[in-house]
Order: sequence, then C-alpha cells, then structure tokens
Amino acid sequence: MTEKINRKRQKKEKIPRVAMPEQEPEKRNKNFNEVTLGYTEEDALREASRCLQCKNPECIKGCPVEIDIKSFIKLIQEKKFDEALKKIREKNGLPAICGRVCPQEDQCEKVCILGIKDDPAAIGRLERYVADREMKEIAEGIKECAWSEVTKQCTREKIAIIGSGPGGLTCGAELAKLGYRVTIFEALHEPGGVLVYGIPEFRLPKEIVKREIDYVKSLGVKIEVNMVMGKILTIDDLFKEGFRAIFISTGAGLPYFMGISGENLNGVYSANEYLTRSNLMKAYKFPQCDTPIIRGDKIAVVGGGNVAMDSARVAKRLGAKHVYLIYRRSEEEMPARNEEIKHAREEGIEFKLLASPVEIIGKDGWVHKIMCIKMKLGEPDDSGRRRPVPLEGSEFNIEVDVVIMAIGQGPNPLLTSTIPRLELTRWGNIKADPITGKTNIEGVFAGGDIVTGAATVILAMGAGKSAAAAIDEYIRTSIW
Amino acid sequence: MYKIVKKEKLVEDIDRFYIKAPLIARKAKAGQFVVIRINEDGERIPLTIADYNRSNGIISIVSMRVGKTTTLLSSLKESDSILDVVGPLGNASEIENFGRVICVGGGVGIPPIFPIARELKKIGNYVISIIGARSKDLLILKEEMEDTSDELYICSDDGSIGYHGFVSDFLKEYLEKNLTGNADKRKDIARVIAIGPALMMSAVADVTRPFNIKTIVSLNSIMVDGTGMCGACRVEVGGKTKFVCVNGPEFDGHQVNFELLLSRQKIYCDQEKECMDIYEHKCMLDK
Ligand SMILES: Cc1cc2nc3c(=O)[nH]c(=O)nc-3n(C[C@H](O)[C@H](O)[C@H](O)COP(=O)(O)OP(=O)(O)OC[C@H]3O[C@@H](n4cnc5c(N)ncnc54)[C@H](O)[C@@H]3O)c2cc1C
Ligand SMILES: Cc1cc2nc3c(=O)[nH]c(=O)nc-3n(C[C@H](O)[C@H](O)[C@H](O)COP(=O)(O)OP(=O)(O)OC[C@H]3O[C@@H](n4cnc5c(N)ncnc54)[C@H](O)[C@@H]3O)c2cc1C
Ligand code: SF4
Ligand code: SF4
Ligand code: FES
Repeated sequence: MTEKINRKRQKKEKIPRVAMPEQEPEKRNKNFNEVTLGYTEEDALREASRCLQCKNPECIKGCPVEIDIKSFIKLIQEKKFDEALKKIREKNGLPAICGRVCPQEDQCEKVCILGIKDDPAAIGRLERYVADREMKEIAEGIKECAWSEVTKQCTREKIAIIGSGPGGLTCGAELAKLGYRVTIFEALHEPGGVLVYGIPEFRLPKEIVKREIDYVKSLGVKIEVNMVMGKILTIDDLFKEGFRAIFISTGAGLPYFMGISGENLNGVYSANEYLTRSNLMKAYKFPQCDTPIIRGDKIAVVGGGNVAMDSARVAKRLGAKHVYLIYRRSEEEMPARNEEIKHAREEGIEFKLLASPVEIIGKDGWVHKIMCIKMKLGEPDDSGRRRPVPLEGSEFNIEVDVVIMAIGQGPNPLLTSTIPRLELTRWGNIKADPITGKTNIEGVFAGGDIVTGAATVILAMGAGKSAAAAIDEYIRTSIW
Repeated sequence: MYKIVKKEKLVEDIDRFYIKAPLIARKAKAGQFVVIRINEDGERIPLTIADYNRSNGIISIVSMRVGKTTTLLSSLKESDSILDVVGPLGNASEIENFGRVICVGGGVGIPPIFPIARELKKIGNYVISIIGARSKDLLILKEEMEDTSDELYICSDDGSIGYHGFVSDFLKEYLEKNLTGNADKRKDIARVIAIGPALMMSAVADVTRPFNIKTIVSLNSIMVDGTGMCGACRVEVGGKTKFVCVNGPEFDGHQVNFELLLSRQKIYCDQEKECMDIYEHKCMLDK
C-alpha cells in the first residue's frame, strides 16, 4: 500500500535527491575542517520521503552488512530518529563512519530501486544524519549518552584481536556483546587503523572516530595501544596467556613503490607516510605539533584511488600551488569514490590522466622533476578495466618538489613472518575462509584487508562481524 | 604511560633513562630499538634499547640532545612519564661465536654497541672494542665497555684521551699493524660491528673493505611508525631499497649507500631548526 502511495506521490511532485551542504571549494581547500556539512533535519526528512519503501527492497542486498535500510528510512520518515539509529546499529556499529566513507555508488545506492529511473535514495547521507544527530544531542546535553549504561562486565572466554581498524573494532564489539572478554592489540599509539592514520580529518573528523571507538569500549572491549604484535607478544604467547581465539586484522599497511629511478630522493613520500604525518601526527599543525612535513609548491600524486585523492587534497591544504594527480588510465577507471573525485576537481587538483611516471629526476638530492609517459587504453585486462599501454616516445616532464606514491599497499609481513606455519597467498595475504575467517591454524581467524588486500571499510567490518559469529561457535562447540 | 624510574646524566648533553616497560624488557634483544612519543603533540623518535632487565621489567635508553624532542626528553625527571614507548622493534643483532670481533662505537653509538659486545663476549667471542668521542668529558660508558671487552681502545677527536683521532683512523692502524705484525691475527677478525653517526660508519666500512672483513652497521634513518608501514626509513643496500625499521637496523656496511642515508637524514633540517628555536624561546620566557 504505502509503496503505491509513495510511488504516486513521487510522480506527482518529483523531489530531486537532496544535495549535501558543503564548504565552498576555494575556502575548504585551505582548511582541514570537514568538507561536507551534513543534512539538516529538514533535508533528511525530505530525502527520506523519496524512498519508495519497496516491497522487495534491493538496497539491503547492496549493503555488505545488510542494514535494514528500508526500515531505518521509514523510521526517519516518522521522525523516530533514535529508533532509526538503533535499527542501523543492529547491523553496523560504526554508522557515522560508514555514512561518510562507504562507496555507496557501488553498494547500497547502486541497487536502490529508485535509482533505476531517478537518482537513488541518499542512503549514506541519511545514515550519517541519524548518527550525527545523536552525537549532537549528547553534546548539547539534550540526551544522555546511553552507553555508560551499556558498559558491562564481560565474563566469558578471553579473545585477542590484532589490529584496531574497522575489521578489528567490529569483531571486538560483536564478541563483547556476546559476553566475551575481548582485548584489541594495536601497534600505533591510537586505535582506528586507516580511519585515524589514513583518511584525513576533512573527510572523516577524528572526533567521530574517537566517539565510535568509545562506543566499542563501552561494550567492554579493552584496547591496548603501542603493542606491535609479533614483536612484543607472539601468537603463542597469547594462547599461553589464556586467549582462546585470535582474530588477525592487521590491514594492508605496506606501501608499494613503483621501482623507478629516483624514488628515494628527498621529497618522495609513500602516501602512507604523507598521510600518517599529516593525520595521525598532525603535521599540518607544525610547529605547534612537532612532526614535520615538506610543504611543496608543486606536488605530484601518483594513483587514482581514495588514497591518491586524499593525498592530493591534503597537499592542496598544506599550501601547494599546483597539485598534479597522475593516473595511468582515464577518469572513468579511477577506483576512488565518485564524490572524492568530484571534490578533488572542485578544489583545484589538476588531473594528468593517461600518464605514468617513468623516472623521478633529482637535483642536489631533492626531487626536481617527474618524467612521465603518455598512455592509451588497450584491451580489457583481468579486472575488466582497459589496460593502459605506453605510447612510445611520448615522455614529458613536470617540475615538482614533492612526489607522493599512492599506487597501492600490500600486507605488512611483520606479524605473519613470526607465524611460519600460517598459510599465506603468493602476495603475502593470509589465507582465510571468506565467511568464517578461519585460517589453517586452529583458533586463529583473520579478516579485512590482510585477507582481501586493500578493500573498503565496510567489507572489513563485514569480515569482522562474520568472524565474530564463527569465533563464538568455535568456543561453544570446540569444533574447528 | 611509561614511568622513568631513574635518570642519570652521563655527560653534558647525554642522559640515561631507566624506564618501566616489563613487556618490552621481557622480549628485548641486543640491537633492537624502541619508538617513543613524549606527549600528545610530540613526534615519534627511535632510540636504541641500551639495556634491559627481564626480572625487574626495566629497560634503559641513552639519549643525546640534538633537537626539540631529545631536548624535551632530557628535561624529564625521575618519576615523570613518557606517553608512548613502543618496542622492541627491529631485528636483533646476530649473536654467534664468530671468534674475534671488533666492536666500534662512536658517541651515542656506544650505548647500543654495549649490549652487543656483552652478548658476543658471553658466548665466547674475543671482543676488541674501539670507542670514541669528541673529547674526554664527552666519553660515555667507559667502565661498562671495559668489563665486556678483552681489549678496549679509546679515541678522541681532540686527543684529550686515548688515541688522537677518529675511531676509523685507529681501526685502520690497528688492522694494518696486525697485517704487518701477525697475518694470522688479522685473518682472525671475523667481523667488525660499528655503530655511531652515519659518517663514522661509512668511514669504518671504507677501512674494512680492502681487508675484506665483514662489517655490520646499524643505520639511523628518520622513522615514523617503526613497523614497516610508512617507508620513511628507506635506504639502499646492495642497490635495493630496504626499510631500516623492519629489514634492519643492521646491514652489511659494504653494501650501504651512505650518501643517500646522509642526504635523507637532512630532509627536515629547516623544520627541525624552526621547532627547536621556538622551543628554546619558550623555555627562555618560562625562566
Ligand atoms: C588513505 C585511505 C583512504 C581510504 N578511503 C576509503 C574510503 O573512502 N572508503 C572505504 O570504504 N575505504 C577506504 N579505504 C580503505 C579502508 O580504509 C580499508 O579497507 C579498511 O580500513 C581496512 O580495515 P582493516 O580493519 O582490515 O585494517 P586497517 O584499517 O588497515 O587497520 C589495521 C590496524 O592493524 C594495526 N596493525 C598492523 N600490524 C599490527 C601488528 N603487528 N600488531 C598490532 N597491530 C597491528 C595497524 O596499525 C592498523 O591500526 C581507504 C584507505 C586508505 C589508506
Ligand atoms: C634505529 C635508531 C636508533 C637510534 N638510537 C639512538 C640512541 O640510542 N640514542 C640517541 O641519542 N639517538 C638515537 N637515534 C637517533 C635519534 O632518533 C635522533 O637523534 C632523534 O630522532 C632526534 O630528534 P630531535 O627532535 O631531538 O632532533 P631533530 O632536530 O628533530 O633532528 C636531529 C637529527 O636527528 C634525526 N632525526 C630527526 N627526526 C627523526 C626521527 N623521527 N627518526 C629518526 N631520526 C630522526 C635527523 O637526522 C635530524 O637531522 C637512533 C635513530 C635510529 C633510527
Ligand atoms: S553501511 Fe555502507 S553500504 Fe551499508 S547502507 Fe550504510 S552506506 Fe550503504
Ligand atoms: S531500494 Fe531504494 S527506494 Fe527501495 S526501499 Fe531501498 S532505499 Fe528505498
Ligand atoms: S619507520 Fe615507517 S617504515 Fe620504517
């Protein structure tokens, strides 16, 4: 019934997808405040009213953790914001984060039925709205933080989680909800994984990450930072200390370089280093914060994914006059979220498409120029994307003083090399069952980027969640 | 928080800190390091684990004041705490019975060479140590080195104590004398381990190269995480890029591209100076 009514109304007054208020490009590319400002209540209600409340909603299948999207949007329509958030939290412990960083266009919104003829419902923005709304109400004292009540004493078996990115946090939260005593061990001095060291403040404010982590802690999860596992404690130490199962979610933290000449010159960064300096270490506040970063005038970023976009936009904000994004295919093939590509362009990032670096040329030990070769697109490769082919003799130079390599990350072998019996793939990822996360070692589970290779926040969360269910079953049955 | 249980001033500019870090103390081995961060706004810097006591859970580090972070560290007192101490990082030194080994330590390279010398001696090596400093009153850990060495030689740049000259010059003479005096003895030298400023390690590698003596150096490149995640610490060894924090810190000195190491150590010179100037200015105002 409602579907019909909605459809009718949709026909009568077609509401366009409600845009997200944003900071002006020329203003925001000079500060680190969040770019998108979030819906107002009015925006949210308007956007929610666009949802058709389909009888067979496709959206839910598009979400890797199967949030009951239809129901939570319905609750927004009814202005039951708290209940909407509760509905989301049934499946997703980090809604404020996912609403911001999920590649919605490839997931929930891709399959939204409204999207067949119109723009899809802005599911991510609505998800973010209800999560932010709660945070605001708590901050303003309108509402009490409900978590302190949730903080409970967990009494069941001890479980260890290695790595505090979205995979580890989700697995920990799920297990704590079941009453397990969970400890997350994190190598860095702050928990959150890529959410804190990689994704910049202007796209995902650290306040929000901190809040979501506080929520996980309130469930009874212990987080121990400064623990480089494999060095300070091994897997065997953990078992000896009484941990009954271990979930490894150490991410894809090993930066790749291209292997071209000049890559070790001063001024060449891996995106990991560049982003870690500016985000985790707050180098953008230097000298108020002690960690330095080179602020160039002309900066080249190599790559076309989220990591490249983030690096380029940080570079712009650090004051670079020209930021060139060098990508070997065309814009269509870029793996970054559409919104990030759009934002990057608006902020003045100069795209050098169909080009690939062949050499970095130095002067007195510092980067001076980057030599690139033009590419054309050939036949599709294994990934289905058209393969870039170099055009012989088309080399050209760009004068730059900083180069940031954002061409991908692999699995960091630091931990896995200390567990020789653990089976790995040819590329060094852990071999684990895609659903249960079981590895070849009894009691050891793995999930997230360390298993799949660099992927997405929500996929890592999905892996953490399904592994938690498998861990619970293993502990209850002792069957491996 | 990691508590400083004891602090000793070794010489002007160099302090030794004893820090409560039981888990690190339990696992630490000679050659490994920690990364510390003093406060919320602080930088992460690596410092070698100069010693460890597994039974009382205390590690020690020896730090020389060179810039803002090390100056801030030296302003801390007993019973103050350091916000973050991460470790043990890096690979442990190779400790085997090689036979005769020469341990060369320069300046703040002496504390890290000390546990290596001690472990080498413990398992039966004949340990010849050569340590050096700019002058007599900057020389540290003389007694400790005496206790762990079969032969100890001291050098100073200004000649105020021991041999007048660099440790590398002394090493050269030592090897040459051995060469002319007793060929077997020179052949005996199974390896040289050198720790100190990059220029010193480079000079030592140059000295031992013609003698074809395996030479291990411990590289001090700029680091951030210390876990292989950022690549800040990369160096070239044998023409290949290596990350000092996970592939090292010890490498074959004859393969290291020292020129690159020296160049990369200077990346942040200007910013470091700025940071230090502001800090000193603030300290003056506080006084
Ligand atoms: C710059 C950047 C931007 C991105 N943007 C997006 C985006 O917009 N949307 C999206 O969906 N995805 C994005 N991604 C990808 C996404 O962040 C990752 O897929 C996701 O974080 C993977 O989660 P994880 O839990 O597997 O690992 P991670 O988030 O990588 O966390 C792993 C954690 O384990 C810790 N660790 C590693 N080794 C050890 C050890 N030995 N002992 C203890 N701890 C250890 C690490 O320090 C880290 O904290 C981005 C990635 C980057 C780098
Ligand atoms: C594996 C390793 C072990 C070390 N062990 C010791 C030790 O036992 N005792 C000791 O006194 N020093 C040691 N160092 C050097 C020490 O890390 C630097 O002196 C310190 O980082 C300087 O910081 P600062 O802010 O005081 O000085 P700054 O003014 O910032 O820098 C002075 C110089 O120190 C180096 N440096 C700066 N930042 C870093 C950084 N983040 N990581 C590494 N080097 C940096 C640079 O070459 C720089 O030019 C070690 C370095 C490495 C890599
Ligand atoms: S978690 Fe991500 S994929 Fe799922 S509904 Fe939210 S935005 Fe969409
Ligand atoms: S598919 Fe789209 S329109 Fe249909 S219920 Fe889901 S979000 Fe609403
Ligand atoms: S310090 Fe980051 S990789 Fe070595």
